[in-house]
Amino acid sequence: MWTWFGLKQGSATTAWPRTGGDDGQAGVLGMPRFDPLHCQSGCRECAEICPTGALTAASAGAEPPIQIDYGRCVVCQLCTEVCPTDALQTSGDWMFAVRQRDDLRWQRAIDAPAGQRLKQCLGALRRSLHIRHVDAGSCNGCESELQALNNPFYNLHRLGIFFTPSPRFADLLLVTGSVTVPMREPLLNTYEAMPEPRLVMANGTCAVSGGIAGGGYNTGHGLDEWLPVDLYLPGCPPSPAAIIEGLLILLERLPQRVKGGQLEC
Amino acid sequence: MICTTAECREIEPDALEATCADLLKNGGRMQMAWGHIPCGESNPVLCYLASPGVRQRFVVWRVRTDGATVPSLAQQTPLLGWHEREISDLFGVCFKGHPEPQPLVLHAGAQPVCPPLDPHYPAEPMRFAHEPPALPTVSGSDVQLLPFGPVRADVVESARFFFFYIGEHILHYHPQLFFKHRGMEKRFEGGNAQHAVILAERVSGVGSVAHALAYCQAVEAAAGVSPPVRALRLRVLLAELERLYNHLHFLGHLADTTTLKVGQAEGRLLEERAKQINGHLTGSRFLRGLLVPGGLRRDLSPTSGFTHQIGALQREVARYVRALEDTTSYRDRLHNTGVLDQRTAFDQGATGPVERASGLDRDLRRDHPYAAYADVDLRVPVETAGDAYARARVRVEEIDASFETILRLLPRLAKPGDVRTEVVLPSGAEGLGWTESPRGSLYYAVHCDADGRLARVKIKSPSFSNWRVFPRTVHGSNMMDYAINEASFGLTIAGCDR
Repeated sequence: MWTWFGLKQGSATTAWPRTGGDDGQAGVLGMPRFDPLHCQSGCRECAEICPTGALTAASAGAEPPIQIDYGRCVVCQLCTEVCPTDALQTSGDWMFAVRQRDDLRWQRAIDAPAGQRLKQCLGALRRSLHIRHVDAGSCNGCESELQALNNPFYNLHRLGIFFTPSPRFADLLLVTGSVTVPMREPLLNTYEAMPEPRLVMANGTCAVSGGIAGGGYNTGHGLDEWLPVDLYLPGCPPSPAAIIEGLLILLERLPQRVKGGQLEC
Repeated sequence: MICTTAECREIEPDALEATCADLLKNGGRMQMAWGHIPCGESNPVLCYLASPGVRQRFVVWRVRTDGATVPSLAQQTPLLGWHEREISDLFGVCFKGHPEPQPLVLHAGAQPVCPPLDPHYPAEPMRFAHEPPALPTVSGSDVQLLPFGPVRADVVESARFFFFYIGEHILHYHPQLFFKHRGMEKRFEGGNAQHAVILAERVSGVGSVAHALAYCQAVEAAAGVSPPVRALRLRVLLAELERLYNHLHFLGHLADTTTLKVGQAEGRLLEERAKQINGHLTGSRFLRGLLVPGGLRRDLSPTSGFTHQIGALQREVARYVRALEDTTSYRDRLHNTGVLDQRTAFDQGATGPVERASGLDRDLRRDHPYAAYADVDLRVPVETAGDAYARARVRVEEIDASFETILRLLPRLAKPGDVRTEVVLPSGAEGLGWTESPRGSLYYAVHCDADGRLARVKIKSPSFSNWRVFPRTVHGSNMMDYAINEASFGLTIAGCDR
């Protein structure tokens, strides 16, 4: 009966990221987009309201007057509501995966095209990747989206990417959460159990920078306090499509599109 | 002073046990307990939330500790056991006669410099030296111990489970939680009540609306304001959309544990459809970024396209549920699995679909209506068998009821309108808010300082209650049923650990 049920449904899987495919994120808001031309010096509204310090006031006289670190952004959109000049506006920029942490900090001049640095170890992993996920203190939003990767719509397997129960078979350690104190040791043990070459991905703003929970009596400031991180994917939580794009960027099957805190169009 | 939403009584520590006995004798039930340190004082004050009867007004008992030990109520009402242990860990209060006096939230090896919820605790991670947890002694020949986690198979949240077993038979089950304890309650301290809703949305991702709504209602109770009617109705819409995608996830997950692969895929696909509808309507798949004390941050205009999508989803879900019902292999695995009797459910504090599947007819949306629930003719399904099948049935019926509620509400949301009222918190204001989240009762208690900023926020999540109950259905069961039983409880760990 279920075989018939399934066959009758037909394929539910999107063709994305091939052109013309539906990414499934219609209407979803991403990182606020910054327009320095509209930013007023002396105004600190956004920096004062930002709950995670993603927006901070720059030193007096600096241009632009605020500094932005998208690695801390939890997409709460409060800044877009208080900005009096629309220098910060809502956007659909939810795909924000980068290899270098610095690429999440907004810069006026982009001196080089987005990072295309080849990693020696990648040759063997490009076609098939096995992921060990570790929850190091998330709100479970990230887990909900990671579980969605294997639903028929995204169907992660079609890209040759799989979750594996054992770190012994894993190529990539994908971590969510700000790394709570009791999760440090289990996290590091998992990493130690992985064979080389091994990659590490910080999934979600908590893992990138500590996020909303970071810096408390039982939390840290993100994964790179403990492990070398190969891919940073901020978002609260990153959508399944953003995670897929991040994984493909990591495998150099897609180019990185964010540089200097800006999305190349 | 939490008087707008609950009655408040000062109680002497000596009178606590008698007051509790009186409450229980008259059919009442405790809901939660928490501590807070009032401004300028050094000793915590304890608060107990009591429910004298199903639809009667809540009562808050306030007990001054003055640094002395307080009698434990956990013998009388076991559901308070974890609450008291948490207060011991985070405030350093001693409870006299507690049946399980071990730490709960702080693991063995944690070295806080002072109780973490003391306002003077430094903003740095505590020192920690891993030590094995204290486990109950289970002895006998052939008894084996299986520790599982905190890093477990599949994409799941972190927790460690200990199984004492012989062959397939589980003798004793001991979950070790709070690996994910982030100290979220502490993060609220000193915050602006308007902006702190961003924190509440991130306590449990799949409960973003329920948490934010309970928080907003607690702040509104403290400020004595009520949001515009349109905001109240939209809040019901958001809360029911959250219930939909959570319950659809539940069905897919339960099908997975019964090895029904197509059933799992279909459940996950329907959950994805619901999340995409959420994203399209609100800009967030988790319905974040809308709730705020005083109403909503912006108006929402559900279009006819939205109504159409909800209608289409309703038909697909009905077909899916029928197919599950027609599958004997699925039903067989659920019947008589993980039976929770009504008495245990009541005493140990089961909540939400778990208690309603064990014959307890309680739902905060109906019994203590908030938002616009008083105007919604809500159907509350109840089952009596207390097994995994009953827990699934309750959720299936709730999915139906949510669709009905949403479709009935939509015509009343046609015209745009005012959705936000100004909220000013008076000095020292206090408030209590609650929601019936997809997993059960969720409470927020808010205490403000002299400047109207947040001094203490307490969160009682439904999973905190249900994790305490769950092991009682595992002892004496078998390994093959464990995953099904766990899935049928629908627990989150982030919500429990906070």
